[in-house]
Amino acid sequence: MDLTAALLESTVRAATPLALAALGEVLIERSGVINIGLEGSVLAGAFGAALVAQTLGADAGLLGGAFAGSLIGAFFALFAVSLRINQVIAGTAITLLALGLTGALARTLFGEQGIALTLPTLSQTEIPGLRSLPIIGSAIFAQPYVVYLALAGTILMQWWLSRTHAGLALRAVGESPFAAIAAGIHPIRIRWVAILVGCALAGLSGAVLVLAQAGTFVEGMSAGRGYIAIAIVALGRWQPLRVLAGSCLFGASMALQFTAQALDWRVPYQLLLATPYLVTMVVLVLSARGSVPPAAIGSSRDDT
Amino acid sequence: MRVTSRRASGVVAYALATTAVALIAAGLLHVSGYDVVQSARALWGGAFGSVDAFFSSTLVRATPLLIMGCAVALAFRVGVFNVGGDGQFLVGAAASTWVAMVGAALPRGVAILLALAAGAVAGALWGVLPALFRRRWGVFEVLSTLMMNFIAAQMISYLVRGPLQEPTRVFPQSASISDALQLPVIFRGSRLHAGFFIALICVVAVWLWLSRRAGGFNARVTGANPLAAASAGRIDTGAVAFRVFVAGAALCGLAGAVEVLGVTFALYENLSPGYGFTAIAVALLAGLHPLGVLFSAVFLAALDAGASAMQRDVGVPSVTVWVIQALLVLAALTAHALRGRAWRSVRLARS
Amino acid sequence: MGIPFGANRAVSPSALELVAVSKTFGEVVALADASFSLRPGTIHALLGENGAGKTSLMRVAFGMVAPDAGSILINGEAVRFHAPSDAIAHGVGMVQQHFSLVPAFTSVENFALGGHGTFDRANVTRRLERYAAELGLSVSADARPSTLSAAEQQQLEIAKALGRECRILILDEPGAVLPPAQAAALLEWLRSYAQRGRSVVLVTHKLRDALAVADDVTVLRHGRTVLSSQVAGITETQLLAAMLGSESNTIERRDVSPIGAATQTRPVASLNAVSAQDSTKRERLHQVTVEIAAGEIVGVAGVERSGHRLLLRILAGRLQPRRGIAEISDSIGFIPEDRHREAISLDLDVRDNIALREAGRRRGWMSWRTWSAYAQRLMKDFDVRAEHERVPVAVLSGGNQQKVVLARELGALPKLIVAENPTRGLDVRAASEIRQRLRDAAKSGAAVVWYSSDLDELVAEAHRVLVLYDGHVRQCAPSRDEIGRAMLGTS
Repeated sequence: MDLTAALLESTVRAATPLALAALGEVLIERSGVINIGLEGSVLAGAFGAALVAQTLGADAGLLGGAFAGSLIGAFFALFAVSLRINQVIAGTAITLLALGLTGALARTLFGEQGIALTLPTLSQTEIPGLRSLPIIGSAIFAQPYVVYLALAGTILMQWWLSRTHAGLALRAVGESPFAAIAAGIHPIRIRWVAILVGCALAGLSGAVLVLAQAGTFVEGMSAGRGYIAIAIVALGRWQPLRVLAGSCLFGASMALQFTAQALDWRVPYQLLLATPYLVTMVVLVLSARGSVPPAAIGSSRDDT
Repeated sequence: MRVTSRRASGVVAYALATTAVALIAAGLLHVSGYDVVQSARALWGGAFGSVDAFFSSTLVRATPLLIMGCAVALAFRVGVFNVGGDGQFLVGAAASTWVAMVGAALPRGVAILLALAAGAVAGALWGVLPALFRRRWGVFEVLSTLMMNFIAAQMISYLVRGPLQEPTRVFPQSASISDALQLPVIFRGSRLHAGFFIALICVVAVWLWLSRRAGGFNARVTGANPLAAASAGRIDTGAVAFRVFVAGAALCGLAGAVEVLGVTFALYENLSPGYGFTAIAVALLAGLHPLGVLFSAVFLAALDAGASAMQRDVGVPSVTVWVIQALLVLAALTAHALRGRAWRSVRLARS
Repeated sequence: MGIPFGANRAVSPSALELVAVSKTFGEVVALADASFSLRPGTIHALLGENGAGKTSLMRVAFGMVAPDAGSILINGEAVRFHAPSDAIAHGVGMVQQHFSLVPAFTSVENFALGGHGTFDRANVTRRLERYAAELGLSVSADARPSTLSAAEQQQLEIAKALGRECRILILDEPGAVLPPAQAAALLEWLRSYAQRGRSVVLVTHKLRDALAVADDVTVLRHGRTVLSSQVAGITETQLLAAMLGSESNTIERRDVSPIGAATQTRPVASLNAVSAQDSTKRERLHQVTVEIAAGEIVGVAGVERSGHRLLLRILAGRLQPRRGIAEISDSIGFIPEDRHREAISLDLDVRDNIALREAGRRRGWMSWRTWSAYAQRLMKDFDVRAEHERVPVAVLSGGNQQKVVLARELGALPKLIVAENPTRGLDVRAASEIRQRLRDAAKSGAAVVWYSSDLDELVAEAHRVLVLYDGHVRQCAPSRDEIGRAMLGTS
């Protein structure tokens, strides 16, 4: 396979789980909630997918992952939205909870840590015609169908946010809960739904990690992707299309390992592994200047 | 009197929270097929069962938690969410290991002091970038410090397989530091080392600073209401937050140095079994009060020691301790939130 | 007392009726058995001084607040409102006192908020333009609230309510943010609106506005309905007495000869061609030159975004000007308008809040015993009603919290005092105590810069008034007419 095509292919493959989690967080943050517990949902999704796929197959595994992610999201919503606990602290505690739960359950159910399970994985779904395009053909149009779902989801969310009243209502809740209430909207309900759906997407992201990449479940395998997704949301200025682009940027940085091997660079592999996190730092700094997040983000007040 | 009744209701609330978590944990264990009573016995035994258990298991584990716990409490109190404790701990450990290697020939006291100082400085440096980014450009410190954690882990992985690797080049760890540079044991027959005293000093120092120094007062107000701090108090809140951020990172680096010089005597990967996150739990359960950290650090250390015993004796995976920690934090926060509701509605009516 | 309008009940049911409504927030009783009845096609003024419960009562009617007891009737039918969406569905619309527009949304998006289905921008814009024309508002569909004047924002809010086909329009203190001429225009429009068969509730503490346009009036005091009558059968004195009980309200003009102004050579504060920017980097103060002498009370007036906030903060030493020279005395006391955000920390106690003054300049050890003694003395001198100095300020009443701020700032005997709406939101007694303190401070030689959105207060207290319009300062005598005109930029 041509190097460029291979690189593109790994970029798309690495970008997909990031994009899914980031899209989920876009929904959540636009409603005014910052969910540090996204990482927990991704991990829970990975575990849920592994659990379900073992008995019911890969496609069911995807649903299982989404459900598990949403379940963790429900806990987060309970503490952060209904009980109005500080969102950052609640999110951190939720991630810890998910880390511990998935780790403990994995050991109990799957045995010793690190054993590769025999899991059914997602196969590629080729799009006829587009598949034969040079270079991008194999990279983009011969991927598991979740990739196309992510693409479609991005466009759908972009449309939904700006062209429906429901999307307008969600954005209002994230900017000014008081104005939303005065207009007849229910901020708490909207935030709950945003979190449940957003965390389902994050769970789906974890499911993709297991079913389309690793083929197994390992403790802590999300490796910070949930946090990177949050950075991508800020980079993409909370807009779905830009967030997708940002995910590709990060996917490329993760695909770097592959490039380095192929081009025989003499770099310590730890540097390559650290690259996505270094890129995130740079992105955080660059996107912070002039960034305007939803005005009510992080706050549980409803009198502004 | 309102002040004492508030505190009393706080203690009751935390007691209820702990009981609730204990019940949930027992329930989870039972459902997973473990003998609850046996597990509880192993838990208690591992933490407090014998003098050796208490000093060598619990208090040794409590040492880094004391230092990092009050570092996190300090930071959170000022409104700085430093969750990068692990990364700062690791670089502090690495720096002190290097100094211990290089300065092996120096007089004992000097070498140890230098190694500890190196740990603190390294930790501070690891925190300076996120602190700077936060101050200059408003970069959210939760994300930046988390990234620094991952980067630190990779850096240590490289160091113990490269420049700092032990001479036979077989194991991914550093050479052991010489006996002379190890922190002296303070309780004969146990593993409890002088680092424990250092930890106590840190906690008391933070407490004194916060409650009795003008700088500490300014820090508290900055966290409670940054706008009022700047407007009414004419406090440079940006500078205050920056200094506390870096100081907290230095403390975490010191904790890493203490761990190397007192417990592990060498650098290797996974030196921190999640101390950074446990420290957050320590700080939150202490109500962000330095003196409270004394109790919550020992409590969580006991839990950790007991969990190891539980895994050894009953087979309960030790990662369950993270579940319990998270549940404790959530329960404590819930108790706080439910009490706070009464106060909140008073405020709304007055404005 | 007056002509009760219950007599008309047989003819047609009230458009809106609130019966025996009670509401307690924590320990504060906001409403105690309050009642209210709105005749269809009328304008009904809901009067009461600050803290009487007017906003709370109307928020119950709008579904924003759930009452502890009592019932709501729309057109004679009992209803339960769980949220504003229920009230809106029943034809109730409310324009909030501090506006409820989303700052990041355009006018069209703000107008559309609360609808259903897909959002067809062109369609909605057309609807907005229709309502806007009726209100005499020239709409810029893509404008954000920050670029609209207070009057335009208010009109957009009214258009929003009209767009939801409301039959009962509640306005909460609409005149508070408008200069006199525009407030009058609003009342005119309300009259024509009511004539078309709609009902209006006008919540206000301004007697004059109420009597000018209302058909009926209800007075609340301490959360209770103490009077309801048609306007025709009631006098101003009776209304005043109902609003205040036994206390007198009229802010008389005091003796205002400044002490020592003639003998002072050095001003306490002087600004020379000072310009300043707000947080969005837009210049809001242009080339301002002002001098403040000891012992005088300088009033400041200006509508939103006229630059008064910046001027006050420069004088208080909290803000550096972009251009020009500001020479300010080092001894300053600052009383900002939003005390919860800028003046006190609700999580701390009285003593700590008092120690907050100039904390940024302090080094070394805090001697808490000394601070406690100082706080106790201040609490006594300034009549702060609390058990002791370690009480958290969150449990104090608004008036007492403001007294803590005053005690802290004035207790240090500063040479310059900058006060921003110091009596806003306080009951009559607390307000008059605070006015007295500021007057006494000026008599003792301090310079007082006093911003108030209540023109009556300015007219009564100030020696001279600086009016801000569009970032420029004009000096006026303390006369309502002159100030009102200067606020609009006319002469």
